[in-house]
Amino acid sequence: MIHSLFLINNAGDLFLEKHWKSVISRSVCDYFFEAREKAVEPDNVPPVIRTPHHYLINIYREKIFFVSVIQTEVPPLFVIEFLHRVAETFQDYFGECSESTIKDNVVIVYELLEEMLDNGFPLATESNILKELIRPPTILRSMVNTITGSSNVGETLPTGQLSTIPWRRAGVKYTNNEAYFDVVEEIDAILDKSGTTVFAEIQGVIDACVKLSGMPDLTLSFMNPRLLDDVSFHPCVRYKRWESERVISFVPPDGNFQLMSYHISAQNLVAIPVYVKQNISFFETGSSGRLDITVGPKQTMGKTVEGLVVTVHMPKVVLSANLNATQGTYNYDPVTKILVWDIGKLNPQKLPNLKGSLSLQSGAPKPEENPSLNIDLKIQQLAISGLKVNRLDMYGEKYKPFKGVKYVTKAGKFQVRT
Amino acid sequence: MLGMSANSVSYNEQSSVESGVDAAQENSSIPASSSGGLFSADYKKNEDLKEMLESSKESLKLEAMKRIVGLIAKGKNASELFPAVVKNVASKNIELKKLVYVYLVRYAEEQQDLALLSISTFQRALKDPNQLIRASALRVLSSIRVPIIVPIMMLSIKEASTDLSPYVRKTAAHAIQKLYSLDPDQKEHLIEVIEKLLKDKSTLVAGSVVMAFEEVCPDRIDLIHKNYRKLCNLLVDVEEWGQVVIIHMLTRYARTQFVSPWREDAVFDENSEKAFYDSEEERRVEQSKPYIMDPDHRLLLRNTKPLLQSRNTAVVMAVSQLYWHLAPTHELSIITKSLVRLLRSHREVQYIVLQNIATMSIQRKGMFEPFMKSFYVRSTDATHIKTLKLEILTNLANEANISTILREFQTYVKSQDKAFAAATIQAIGRCATNISEVTDTCLNGLVLLLSNRDETVVAESVVVIKKLLQTQPSQHSDIIKHMAKLFDNITVSMARASILWLMGEYCEHVPKIAPDVLRKMAKTFTSEEDIVKLQTVNLAAKLYLTNSKQTKLLTQYILNLGKYDQSYDIRDRTRFIRQLIVPNEKSGALSKYARRILMAPKPAPVLQSAFKDRDRFQLGTLSHSLNSQANGYLELSDWPAVAPDQSVRIVEVVEPVKEAGAPVFGKSKPGKSDEKFYSDSEEEEEEEEEGSSSEDSSSSSSEESESESESEENSDDSNKSSSSQSDSEKKKKTLKNKKLQQQKPDSKDRKQKNGSAVKGESRSESESASESSSSESSSESGSELDSDSDSGTDQKKNTRSKPVQSKPVTTQVEKKEVSLLDLDDFSPAAVTTPKSSILSPSLLSDLQGLSISPTASALQASSPVFVPETSRELLHRMTGKGLSAQYRFTRQPCIYGNSMVSLQLTLSNSSDQALENIHISEKSSTGQNIHRFNAIERLEPQASVTVSMGVDFNDSTQAANFQLCTKEDEFSVSIQPAVGELLLPITMSEADFTKEQSKLVGMNESSATITMTPENVSSQSVNRKVVSVANLGVIPSSQENIHRFAGKTVSSGCLVLVSVALKDPDAVITINTENTVMASMLLRQFKTALTNSGP
Repeated sequence: MIHSLFLINNAGDLFLEKHWKSVISRSVCDYFFEAREKAVEPDNVPPVIRTPHHYLINIYREKIFFVSVIQTEVPPLFVIEFLHRVAETFQDYFGECSESTIKDNVVIVYELLEEMLDNGFPLATESNILKELIRPPTILRSMVNTITGSSNVGETLPTGQLSTIPWRRAGVKYTNNEAYFDVVEEIDAILDKSGTTVFAEIQGVIDACVKLSGMPDLTLSFMNPRLLDDVSFHPCVRYKRWESERVISFVPPDGNFQLMSYHISAQNLVAIPVYVKQNISFFETGSSGRLDITVGPKQTMGKTVEGLVVTVHMPKVVLSANLNATQGTYNYDPVTKILVWDIGKLNPQKLPNLKGSLSLQSGAPKPEENPSLNIDLKIQQLAISGLKVNRLDMYGEKYKPFKGVKYVTKAGKFQVRT
Repeated sequence: MLGMSANSVSYNEQSSVESGVDAAQENSSIPASSSGGLFSADYKKNEDLKEMLESSKESLKLEAMKRIVGLIAKGKNASELFPAVVKNVASKNIELKKLVYVYLVRYAEEQQDLALLSISTFQRALKDPNQLIRASALRVLSSIRVPIIVPIMMLSIKEASTDLSPYVRKTAAHAIQKLYSLDPDQKEHLIEVIEKLLKDKSTLVAGSVVMAFEEVCPDRIDLIHKNYRKLCNLLVDVEEWGQVVIIHMLTRYARTQFVSPWREDAVFDENSEKAFYDSEEERRVEQSKPYIMDPDHRLLLRNTKPLLQSRNTAVVMAVSQLYWHLAPTHELSIITKSLVRLLRSHREVQYIVLQNIATMSIQRKGMFEPFMKSFYVRSTDATHIKTLKLEILTNLANEANISTILREFQTYVKSQDKAFAAATIQAIGRCATNISEVTDTCLNGLVLLLSNRDETVVAESVVVIKKLLQTQPSQHSDIIKHMAKLFDNITVSMARASILWLMGEYCEHVPKIAPDVLRKMAKTFTSEEDIVKLQTVNLAAKLYLTNSKQTKLLTQYILNLGKYDQSYDIRDRTRFIRQLIVPNEKSGALSKYARRILMAPKPAPVLQSAFKDRDRFQLGTLSHSLNSQANGYLELSDWPAVAPDQSVRIVEVVEPVKEAGAPVFGKSKPGKSDEKFYSDSEEEEEEEEEGSSSEDSSSSSSEESESESESEENSDDSNKSSSSQSDSEKKKKTLKNKKLQQQKPDSKDRKQKNGSAVKGESRSESESASESSSSESSSESGSELDSDSDSGTDQKKNTRSKPVQSKPVTTQVEKKEVSLLDLDDFSPAAVTTPKSSILSPSLLSDLQGLSISPTASALQASSPVFVPETSRELLHRMTGKGLSAQYRFTRQPCIYGNSMVSLQLTLSNSSDQALENIHISEKSSTGQNIHRFNAIERLEPQASVTVSMGVDFNDSTQAANFQLCTKEDEFSVSIQPAVGELLLPITMSEADFTKEQSKLVGMNESSATITMTPENVSSQSVNRKVVSVANLGVIPSSQENIHRFAGKTVSSGCLVLVSVALKDPDAVITINTENTVMASMLLRQFKTALTNSGP
């Protein structure tokens, strides 16, 4: 399946290679570099590239290209999903997945890659199992290791590997037993010039942080499970019970994990928390333009909108912006042509406004299209879909855990066309 | 070679002592130099590394290996260190060893002779008691690509494939592929191993062995037959990567084994299958037989469906493609939502999913039309994502939604991403040709775009307009005129060429303008691009033929220019045209036809999707993504016209039983199993409509032949899904009962063989056995009663039966039941008892995949060691208005159902009136399956009666709530079982016990240390305490201070092993069971029991 993996940074340096079968010369990456060059933006590199003898499947994450070499037919999503899992594992182990952390921990990275694939076929990808095989580095442990010479590598087969619940370790113990659930919803929307909703849907996830001793068996139920028409679950969730009773029953992994994600599709009515009044125009003469944006609350269910940020990808000809914000700060980066207006909390009494002029490159024709606005926002204590957790029950263990649910609504891909 | 390395080893021994100190000193200086990363220092650094490796200090060696791995990671060559590294292969330090393995696998190919030195270490490690070490030894051994060791590898693989640890067997499956790529000649032997491993019941192995199958012998479909059902049933529990591989394999398999479910489908057969359908059509007319889906086909579809909810996008895609290729049309819509959901994932995932949706949406617009808006493009999307979304939107366009789509396209055309804008224009063109209503609108819109300032947009518009005009040129001469006007401003050669071509083609519609355009072209001819020059020549020729008066000179001028052009293409064309159109003596007959040749009506180009014929590849594959066949792509075959023999998939269970060396009476008859299978398949049709869960219980394919126990299970299960009891389900039940009756003679036979002391007809037995005296079939009574609790007809039977038994559990019945239980123990089916949909936190469903079948043979159910006499209060006489009830656990196997706990209820009447019609209400508030006692017609004052009932607690301590009713009143009561009552004792030998225990380690083990009170230390008291808490069997122990107990859970049959090791004054209680929830509860109870003094 996966023959080799090359990690390449944004500048085109190949800084790590790993082969699971016989060695493939790194010159195979030349085809990738060619495609990379052609694509200009790193995001535009095609995920599947064909070369005369191999196929390159790559992902781009955290400014690193993970380029895998394939020789025979394989479902491309299989490889892509796996590469993302690799990136997530690095993130899990080192706190971030960047070139420098990978270089600093190259031995652990290598040990991890060795465990994750055998002959190109995934062997252990569950973070709990990996952590028993190879312990994540901590400052304390690396100190101890240098002094005592002990190692990061586990000696026995992780218990999860043989169990049918590979995601949970045995013998978990906490003095404070707690289970927290964050219901995070993101609104994906496209609003058109006049402010009407072209398209809106909600993407929700329930992130869990479960620190419970022993082998708890949890059941999470909702007040209104009917809202969720399309869900995907962590493997720990018993699908049968969801089907029959609409409750989520599971033996949780230890620590942080994503319990489920759901999708409330465009067919349902989605509340849009803010409206945007904007007027961006470029003049035919004088190489200048005007910009005027006002943001106001719409359907906020009585909550405050926080962390409001408006981002505008300006056309290439815009040289600078001379604006005045009634609230928050703005910043225009003339290199990337991105205007960021950080508003903060939205005050319904006094609507924030950004107004002023743009100066354009002289001589250049005025931009064809007005740039669209990307909105970022956050509403605490509200799930915009109205989803509510009813209760969490625990079986199998006798202690009383602390339980908590938090709701947050965020803007996902929230775009206003102008 | 060998000698040399031996030298170096001895050298190492001598020098290690001194060099250790030196190296340690050097160590501190090395990091500084390595951070410099100088190339010149490389050689020297490697020398240092060599010294460090040969030192005696583990930490130094480790440090050296870490740096070497760093070198490998960077792609630097470290092969010269091979001799120094390979010596450490037997190191005790596990991390060092692992790093050596990494090195070895990387360089063994280059240093084959030296690599051989390490082989013996691996061979030794293959025998290690630690499974991780065995597995990793096999992993490395098989990864060393040295042809000489092929026989050793082969032997190791064969050995590992029978290893007790599934993890090692998994590794063996991986090794198969490695060996195959190293030496394809081993194929035949490897297929044997694959065949063996395919039979493996562990979920851990399944994915890997199927992978090996796909790699080594994908054409040996016959190996799959017997394992088909098992794979389908295991699928949910297999790890996610294995799922993908298995699903893809099963898709291929199903296409060869089942007939097409698409016959009635009129929408779909516009494709290559046309001929196939036609012939099918005829056949159907002949037979006039409706299509019936093969139950195995249905099984696959049903078992893959839940995986659409997987978090792994590859799994979702795999299931989607399976449905696309195998499911009947009307069921296809369930994949839509999941695919749309994947669009929220990473950019690369979107790319692949969109490609597949694009292919699907060509054939089935309806599937994705409701989700059209999900394909709207955002300005932040990557270009290839945008283009794909555009493609899909175009595919989805129809008369109803075209206006919405066009409005959306309008925004896209203005996009700053010009490549995308150009693609949008093409899309508009496609919409215009496909939907005739909007052709004019689109055309007008495109013409407006001609005044766009961006060149690519204009050029693309021209090209698209050209194509559109070809379909209806006569009405659009003003558009052609408009384009001629724009001609001067357009610089993109493709667009210029297109306009020239249009002029020439329709010069008769624009008689005044065309010659003028030609005039302009004559001026700029030399500076044009080739493609424009060619079209100029064409225009000239066409005008010459239609309007020679005005253009003769111009044409000659242009032809002269072309004659001396640099490009030979243009020179050729010019020469050809000249000969064709200018009549002279040399030109032959051809020039007469010049007009007809040049002005021939040309068919309009068809604008179609780039994904039009992608469906020749299986969806979700690399080949589909690239639109060309990748290496190793396996073609998806067409449906067979006639289904091959289905019986090949029938599995006989005799085999595993024999293998395990079980006593003979677990034998089941193959003949019967056949019958069972067919009756099952008939039923299937009904079941599939309601999607009942009854089939889910059959996690183990082997149970088919166990008709008796299986049918019990089935009915059990359908009871449990009582949350949605529908009429159709009842119908099914009656059907099942009928089926049971059919089998009756058979089972009667068998019972007689069992020798249950009754020589007469089964009637006599039935009287004593059960209260359902009206039913003639005693052997089924257990199961039948089981299945009845909701069905009306059976209920009548129950009420008809009168007598009140004080103790229905007679010894005879007990004997029979014991044998029944035994039977279950022998078959793997016992382990995989039905899944419950009841509120029970048991891990049962999780455990289904795990098989412990080969070992279960040694277990024997035994009678309880201790039966507590204490009974608990169920209903106090005050609250019960005179009726009081007490219950106790009899600790006997329940006669009403194998998964039930047997209870004895004593009802007494303390009032001064007779109580009538005492019974348990049919409404059970909790989900437990309760077997009620028969209604007691009349209970005289001060009299009491004892009845027995069964409750299926599902291995959970959740209370069973029900209503105890008299004629006048209803009392809510509840029974909360102690965890120890949910067990049944079993006996086994001490050796078996330790064997089982060693399998249930890790997470399945919980233990606690307690301080014993002095009076508890004696072995009798320990035994007594333990068995009074839990219904366990005592295992004879050879060690005096260790006490062992064994049991299994009533519902799921999970093994529960308890051992108490006494170490004065402490004791360690260890519980090994897969049911970890139960283990922790048991542990707590043992703790209190053993620490408390008193009886």
